[in-house]
Amino acid sequence: MTHETEVSAARLEDGTLVVRLDGSWVLESGIPSADPVIRQISTPPFPARIAFDTSGLADWDSSLLAFEREVGEAAKASGVEVDTSGLPPGARRLIDLAAAVAERADARRSARRDRPLARLGRGALSFFGTTRGLIEFIGLTCLSVLRLPLGRARVRGRDFWLFVQEAGADALPIVSLISFLIGVILAFIGALQLRQFGAIVWTANIVAIGMVRYLGPMMTAIIMAGRTGASYAAQLGTMTANEEVDALRTLGISPIDFLVLPRTLALVLMMPLLALYSDFVGMLGGAVIGTLAFGIGTQEYITQTQNMLTMKDFLSGLNMAASYGVLIAIAGCFQGMSSGRSASAVGEATTKAVVMGIVLIVIATAFWTVLYDILGI
Amino acid sequence: MTSSASSPDHIVVRDLTLAYGETVVQRDVSFEVPRGRVFVIMGGSGCGKSTLLRSMIGLLEPARGEVMYDGTSFWTAAADERESMTRRFGVSYQAGALWSSMTLAENVALPLEEYTDLDDEDIGRIASLKLALMGLAGFEEYYPSEISGGMRKRAALARATALDPEILFFDEPSAGLDPISAARLDELILELRDSMGMTIVVVTHELTSIFTIADDSILLDAESKTMIARGKPTELLEGSSDPRVVEFLSRGHRSGGSEHGLGSERGLRNEPSTGDGPEAMS
Repeated sequence: MTHETEVSAARLEDGTLVVRLDGSWVLESGIPSADPVIRQISTPPFPARIAFDTSGLADWDSSLLAFEREVGEAAKASGVEVDTSGLPPGARRLIDLAAAVAERADARRSARRDRPLARLGRGALSFFGTTRGLIEFIGLTCLSVLRLPLGRARVRGRDFWLFVQEAGADALPIVSLISFLIGVILAFIGALQLRQFGAIVWTANIVAIGMVRYLGPMMTAIIMAGRTGASYAAQLGTMTANEEVDALRTLGISPIDFLVLPRTLALVLMMPLLALYSDFVGMLGGAVIGTLAFGIGTQEYITQTQNMLTMKDFLSGLNMAASYGVLIAIAGCFQGMSSGRSASAVGEATTKAVVMGIVLIVIATAFWTVLYDILGI
Repeated sequence: MTSSASSPDHIVVRDLTLAYGETVVQRDVSFEVPRGRVFVIMGGSGCGKSTLLRSMIGLLEPARGEVMYDGTSFWTAAADERESMTRRFGVSYQAGALWSSMTLAENVALPLEEYTDLDDEDIGRIASLKLALMGLAGFEEYYPSEISGGMRKRAALARATALDPEILFFDEPSAGLDPISAARLDELILELRDSMGMTIVVVTHELTSIFTIADDSILLDAESKTMIARGKPTELLEGSSDPRVVEFLSRGHRSGGSEHGLGSERGLRNEPSTGDGPEAMS
């Protein structure tokens, strides 16, 4: 049976403030407010001491301890002595236990928030720190690549082929689906416009050049940034959190050689192949729409596509795909290796890897587009 | 603190067989834990101690047998009844299992937010109290990644005791702690039993702790895949004729027990700490 919780305070002639606690002091009933007692403690004339009367106490748990703690803190602030002998023995022991370890002077943190300017400054420093770290990471990866032909970089063959499979064959289903749909969309939009000018057969040209030069490599890269780049960041972030990366370092094995290099090589190798595959699947999607929905002859569509494309178009697209592979691997591995040691830090690293990967892909696309234009490719 | 039920056996484990698929980990384990006692499940690495604990706290359904709390069978109970039973548990996991995206105060506050009607201010007071009880006063705003392993263990204990549970489960409480921190954690376990009347189940192979805290215990054996001893560790050491039991307990008795006088005079209360304050528990 539970009784209603009650608090009352009475001052004795000798100046003792007796706090009477009645009823069932359990968390389900809430914690009674200590304010009436605290007011008597903190307003003059201060009581000589505080005592507790728990003769009417039916049951207790942490709610009683929390109440006493609050009263005790107010009493301490007013320099009033607290006599806990009236409390149940178990509660007394726990109160002593809670007070046994003094709060470390530098432990408590204020909840103050940074000013906007301080936040801006912190953000700028973080940005420059990340940029510097990224440059350093790229440098270390380049050195690792250079060490590879000299036989001085330690890469486990089994790991490398596993990453090749993960970044290659395992990605085919999603690349197929997205590329086919991109081809379909491209053909549909193109055909609807070109039909107005009686040039519907040129739909094949739009799909072919669009997929081979830009959309094939770029869409594949975006898929791989979300899929493989995120996976790299999560793998390496978890390894960092579990001190597996530290274990490599202490063994004198470069984590860049052992962890980053095989992943980067696998992705750089697979990206052009996936992009080439994406080109053909996209063109197939365009052909399906062009021939079935808009009545372009199959042979006519194929001939138009063949006439449009040159080896230069394929090579420029594959070159971009290889560069995307480098960027996605670098973003994923860098964020993973820079991750903190908690679950949330690993999640944050994964998100950053995807965002960084996509941003780098867009920047690289802009770079190659301008360069190809200047070179007349 | 008063008890809610009068049954002497708070927990009854009967003929419990634990398995992962076809692989049996332990078979026919039976024991009872009276209310307000510290019960230790001991055994070497890989004998299935933690598996037994997982089965007791509702994370692994046993292949056979039953676990009863206050006479109610856990695994055959309806889902809502089982949930209300688990609410009476507090669990401190081996690695702490604190939620890394939350501060220590938020970690302790979450069970209170979920299962009580307390307002935010009261939840904050209870969270602060629980952390202070574990010697972590002032660390409310710290994240788990910012504190040491021993502090994480204590913060996990603060979270486990947030709702003043009737039964507290510990999985390897001393693992990874220095001897002083481990001894202080033992003191804390005994204090929770004495002050709040909690029933405490501890899984450990740390013999110093076993001799200090156990009111009763069982010893699991990896080879025979069953329980090979039952009783108070000191009595088992003196009275058991099973060489496996004597071998297990005597090694710990020699290395740790004598040093601490089997927990009788550990002189740990108010012992100066290396870093956490004049009477730190870390």
